[in-house]
Amino acid sequence: MKIHEFQAKELLKGYGIPIQDGVTIEDAEQMETALDQVNKEFGAEQYVIKAQIHAGGRGKGGGVKFSPDRASALENLKNILGMTLITHQTGSEGRLVKKVMVAEALDIQQEFYAAITLDRSKGMDVFMVSSEGGMEIEEVAKTSPEKIVKEAIRPGFGLRPFQARNLALALGLEGAAAKQAVGMFQKLYKLYRELDCSIVEINPLIVTEQGNLVALDAKINFDDNALYLHKDVEAMRDLDEEDPAEVEASEFNLNYIKLDGNVGCMVNGAGLAMATMDIIKQRGGSPANFLDVGGGANVETVKNGFRIILSDPNVKAILINIFGGIVRCDRIANGIIEAVKVLDLNVPVVVRLAGTNADIAKELLANADVDLISADSFEDAAIKVVEAAKG
Amino acid sequence: MAILVNKDSKIIVQGITGSEGTFHATQCLEYAGNVVGGVTPGKGGQTALDGKVPVFNSCAEAREKVGANVSLIFVPPPFAADAIMEAAAAGIELIVCITEGIPVAQMVEVKAFVEKTGSRFVGPNCPGILTPDGAKVGIMPGFIAKKGSVGVISKSGTLTYEAVDQLVQQGLGQSTCIGIGGDPIIGTTMKDLLKMFEHDDETEAIVMIGEIGGSMEIEAAEYAKANISKPVIGFIAGQTAPPGRRMGHAGAIVSGADESAAAKKKLMAECGIIVVESPADIGRTVKESLKKIEIGVEL
Repeated sequence: MKIHEFQAKELLKGYGIPIQDGVTIEDAEQMETALDQVNKEFGAEQYVIKAQIHAGGRGKGGGVKFSPDRASALENLKNILGMTLITHQTGSEGRLVKKVMVAEALDIQQEFYAAITLDRSKGMDVFMVSSEGGMEIEEVAKTSPEKIVKEAIRPGFGLRPFQARNLALALGLEGAAAKQAVGMFQKLYKLYRELDCSIVEINPLIVTEQGNLVALDAKINFDDNALYLHKDVEAMRDLDEEDPAEVEASEFNLNYIKLDGNVGCMVNGAGLAMATMDIIKQRGGSPANFLDVGGGANVETVKNGFRIILSDPNVKAILINIFGGIVRCDRIANGIIEAVKVLDLNVPVVVRLAGTNADIAKELLANADVDLISADSFEDAAIKVVEAAKG
Repeated sequence: MAILVNKDSKIIVQGITGSEGTFHATQCLEYAGNVVGGVTPGKGGQTALDGKVPVFNSCAEAREKVGANVSLIFVPPPFAADAIMEAAAAGIELIVCITEGIPVAQMVEVKAFVEKTGSRFVGPNCPGILTPDGAKVGIMPGFIAKKGSVGVISKSGTLTYEAVDQLVQQGLGQSTCIGIGGDPIIGTTMKDLLKMFEHDDETEAIVMIGEIGGSMEIEAAEYAKANISKPVIGFIAGQTAPPGRRMGHAGAIVSGADESAAAKKKLMAECGIIVVESPADIGRTVKESLKKIEIGVEL
């Protein structure tokens, strides 16, 4: 799960980590009071207006503006609140900016990068810092990997003080700033661990003109599997930032991700669902979605699956590819038949069922009074659905 | 001889009295008859599966009383990490965890814990292991597989069934099929299994089905280049997946350039793995590779 910058900063603040502070608003009427508040509470004369969306590259897309005075801050606020922000992570349709942070502007002496995430191949968390703050870390990793310094965190031991010191040293920090960094890194790890984060990233982590270490930006993602342990974190979920169809699907325990093609897919199992998308592409089509109906597929899941796929107007044909292991194909077949009858489908549906009770399922489909295209194999199904999508 | 499990395995099921545990334990018992008991804390002394097997309070007790050496776990996510550690502490040699949704931080600790005990751990969030006509330790449908000489390693459940089905249609059976799971932290890797299949006399070819995310396929391919003499046929699911989106499996997310399907396939091919472009061609490609070996063609 992702959260906004302002939410991430609230969490950091709660752990005693210095942040670039501010006030976040959703309503144009709050602009003046927000500026007043940031001026009064944080002593800011200059501001940074920051769009709050769940995507990176906000600055480059024009969603983050330094404002040297109140008038320009107001101007930038008006422009950013309600704009459609396009970044390399939003896709070409962009994202409507519904929340904006009015932040204090800080004088920057140095910019660093700091992050904690899981190193999958080592099976442990890793704390990374880089002197190349403000840049995309993937870019740094490619062009100058030696500038990224890592400390692996041994399970059960946590981030040891000597490791935090090593990281501070790697950034060339000395004296009071080094001491601040050591404290901050340990607090960051504590937050990461206690809240079951999948990533905590401070980019940039700055040293101010006054020599203080401050988190200028913050990104925190959480392990979805651990959300049940953190109801307060779960409450920070912003459904406005998610595709409505994906939100609806998750309510039915369906795993749906919208893509930009025209062949809808309904599959059981994530691996087979990906492979189904792949084969559609190879046969000259383009998948409209990823949809894993899971192991317990029944009439209701199939019905909901259809509705969610069809909420995308681009869908011209649907492929149902089920390999029945735990889930029995005859149950899926009944679900398909019932769903097709109820939903009055206006696109062709290709069905491929294999595995447990596939024979019974085929007979059910053949004898049902519904219009379906039956496929014998994975490949056959892909060819038929791509053809059907052409109309 | 297959790998990991066979007809002599003595399997217990942790969480045997739950609905999923009961359902699948029954299937495993019917498949090869080598489920010897179950573990549910507080229900020791009872029986499960219609009185066919005893229930114990702990893995240690199950190990002592019925000599269990394999444990299959169906415990719900909040308790699964503890169940895995219990099995490892009890000296169970092979632990297979089917449970989906265990927090990653807990799995980091579990992995470190299990490594110290010497137990082998497969999963979590996986379909388990199937040695045709030998043992079923998991949820793979037994009837689709056939005894034979192809080893199957996969991150996925149903895509494994698809591959097995294609092999059978080509007249090829399997030595052992293993679903290793699609989570970011898993117990047994592709590389571990390649090594085991290489040393297994019964296995003549290996199918390796990976997906986007992580670097396990790359590590396996690099290992295979120098150490595996048997043909390895590989597929990577998720060529069409957009970066940054989690495709069902918690681990199936492209977060760096080398985690994409294209990058993995390229490196696998460079390491001598026979990379299948279409998921519908897995069975056919294995058949062709084995035929080439038979007539002495260099792969």
